[in-house]
Amino acid sequence: MAIDRWIALVILMLCLAYGYAAYFTMDGLLPPIMKQRPIWPSTFPKVLAVGGILMSLSILLNLEKPPAKDGPADINLSRLGDYNVGQALMLLGLMVAYALLLRPFGFLAATFLFLSGGSFILGERRFLLMAVVSAIAAGFIWYLVDAVLGIFLSPLPFFLNGG
Amino acid sequence: MLEGLMTGLSTAFTFTNIMMVIGGCLIGTFIGMLPGLGPMSIIAIMIPVAITIGDPSAALILLAGVYYGAVFGGSTSSILINAPGVASTVATSFDGYPMTRQGKAGKALTVAAISSFAGGTVGAVLLMIFAPALASVALLFHSSEYFALMVVGLSAIAAFAGTGQVSKALLMTFLGLIMATVGEGVLFNAPRFTMGIMDLQSGFGFITLAMAMFALPEALFLVLDPNRSKTADGESAAEIKELRITKDEARRIAPVIGRQSIQGFFIGVLPGAGATIASFLGYAVERNIASKEEQEQFGKGSVKGIAAPESANNAACTGSFVPLLTLGIPGSGTTAILLGALIALNVSPGPRLMIDEPEIFWAVIISMYLGNLVLLILNLPLIPYIAKVLAVPRNYLIPFILFFTLMGAYIGQNNATELLILVGFGICATVLRFADYPLAPLLIGFILGPLLENNFSRAMQLYDGIGFIWERPMTLALLVLAVLLVVLPSYRQRRARDRAEGVADGD
Repeated sequence: MAIDRWIALVILMLCLAYGYAAYFTMDGLLPPIMKQRPIWPSTFPKVLAVGGILMSLSILLNLEKPPAKDGPADINLSRLGDYNVGQALMLLGLMVAYALLLRPFGFLAATFLFLSGGSFILGERRFLLMAVVSAIAAGFIWYLVDAVLGIFLSPLPFFLNGG
Repeated sequence: MLEGLMTGLSTAFTFTNIMMVIGGCLIGTFIGMLPGLGPMSIIAIMIPVAITIGDPSAALILLAGVYYGAVFGGSTSSILINAPGVASTVATSFDGYPMTRQGKAGKALTVAAISSFAGGTVGAVLLMIFAPALASVALLFHSSEYFALMVVGLSAIAAFAGTGQVSKALLMTFLGLIMATVGEGVLFNAPRFTMGIMDLQSGFGFITLAMAMFALPEALFLVLDPNRSKTADGESAAEIKELRITKDEARRIAPVIGRQSIQGFFIGVLPGAGATIASFLGYAVERNIASKEEQEQFGKGSVKGIAAPESANNAACTGSFVPLLTLGIPGSGTTAILLGALIALNVSPGPRLMIDEPEIFWAVIISMYLGNLVLLILNLPLIPYIAKVLAVPRNYLIPFILFFTLMGAYIGQNNATELLILVGFGICATVLRFADYPLAPLLIGFILGPLLENNFSRAMQLYDGIGFIWERPMTLALLVLAVLLVVLPSYRQRRARDRAEGVADGD
């Protein structure tokens, strides 16, 4: 089964769960007075669930003819081995780390580490240049966002921030 | 109209707003040139900035400037390094890149800039004529017609998705609508589908989603496939000289620009069609009607081959503002993001915009003229310098793109969970892109979701049920149109397939 049909299957499961919630569990908590109204919080989701289920079934059962492959696709799954999957995964990991460390480390340190870590993963080995670029960028962006745009970004790690 | 123009002029011609246009165009061109960041991602990144400005006119002028700049920047990278940042500038690379290889990059850029300017300007004039007329019709609409109209818009986007893609586009639309129901709605003061998670109480952030759907997968693809991010190598892009075009060339491209600006505009007005179709169609039409010897030139560096897609895609970008400003319905991913920004700024686009807040409407139109002018007289001479950005090595480029997507999602919400949601959705979006699922319908569905549900609920309440569907002829007609839009192409395709199979069997 091609990947697009596997995805349709996953989405079908999601829609079924969503539909189950909309049809069977959502209305239980509805106050009686709301039940007098022609529209409930679950009305629209019910319609959407049916639509989503029908469409995912249509893909799953191949009701629509898949397009004739014209030329190399956007990116080709069968060539997955040639791609830098490892790098991509490491960068995603780095993004998650950034999300988790942004508060405790403060903007400046976290951004510095993110930018230098990112270029390191991509193969940069000129450490001095890397450090200089990341430090200047982190400082400049912080200045831009905090001072020019007036959006507060805690710059320093928590222990230097007075709490 | 004259009165409106004056309002627009007085709003747009303040020092701040002119700076917004200039700044927006420059930022847009600068970032738009980078592979991996199309107009949608750039606008999404700029939204927190625009919201901080606070004044809706200024914010919209800035975003519009960024949009034009990004489209122009995309053409620049198509011409210089054959790396179109967005689909709508692919057609430009057909003739633009051959010209660069012949050492005529400067000329190609000039033709592109002039055509973009003309396309954008003609588009703005047509917008000025058609938008008020359409808005006055739209004022007659009730919530049920709005609901139906949005359904038409959504199904048109799916119908234009291409052969074999209609159910995928529709599924993505439904998924977007489903995601929009998560969180506390405006209509019912109760959270829905939050699964008890506090961070989902206010729903998914649309900037986060926009970043996850477009910027992040594009950046990941750059990592996965190093060939995608070919930045200027040996045949350096820095060698841009001879910006001038000859009289003869000007004479040859003038009718092309005229035709394609008008055609592009009307294609742009249609939901879902947009700049990409306009540019390819413009290119094809001009090649077909060109003389024999000129046809030979297409694909080898014809000035007409640059003028056609460039004027068409810019006119189409302007055209896509028509449904946004008059009906409040976005026809493309970019205008959907602009709609999200407008809602965040407490402006509700729609037919009443022109009556309630005429200064916003007219300021946008004036900013279109200004933006086009800025691109022509400011950007063109600066292009050789701006093009240096193409020489940034990917080891630095990609971490910065990733960082900007993170910042875009973080600044708006100041919530680190948003970043985890971003990464999660980004991975899902990348997988979906692998399987050829179109992502713009998802985002459009997500942004239109609350509006669609509100109008649906209002109509339901007014008519005490779904009676509004057959009691209001206009609603019925629109809904039938929506169904036809989806069914007809699939039906015709099915018949064509059956016939083809029949022939094959017969043989």
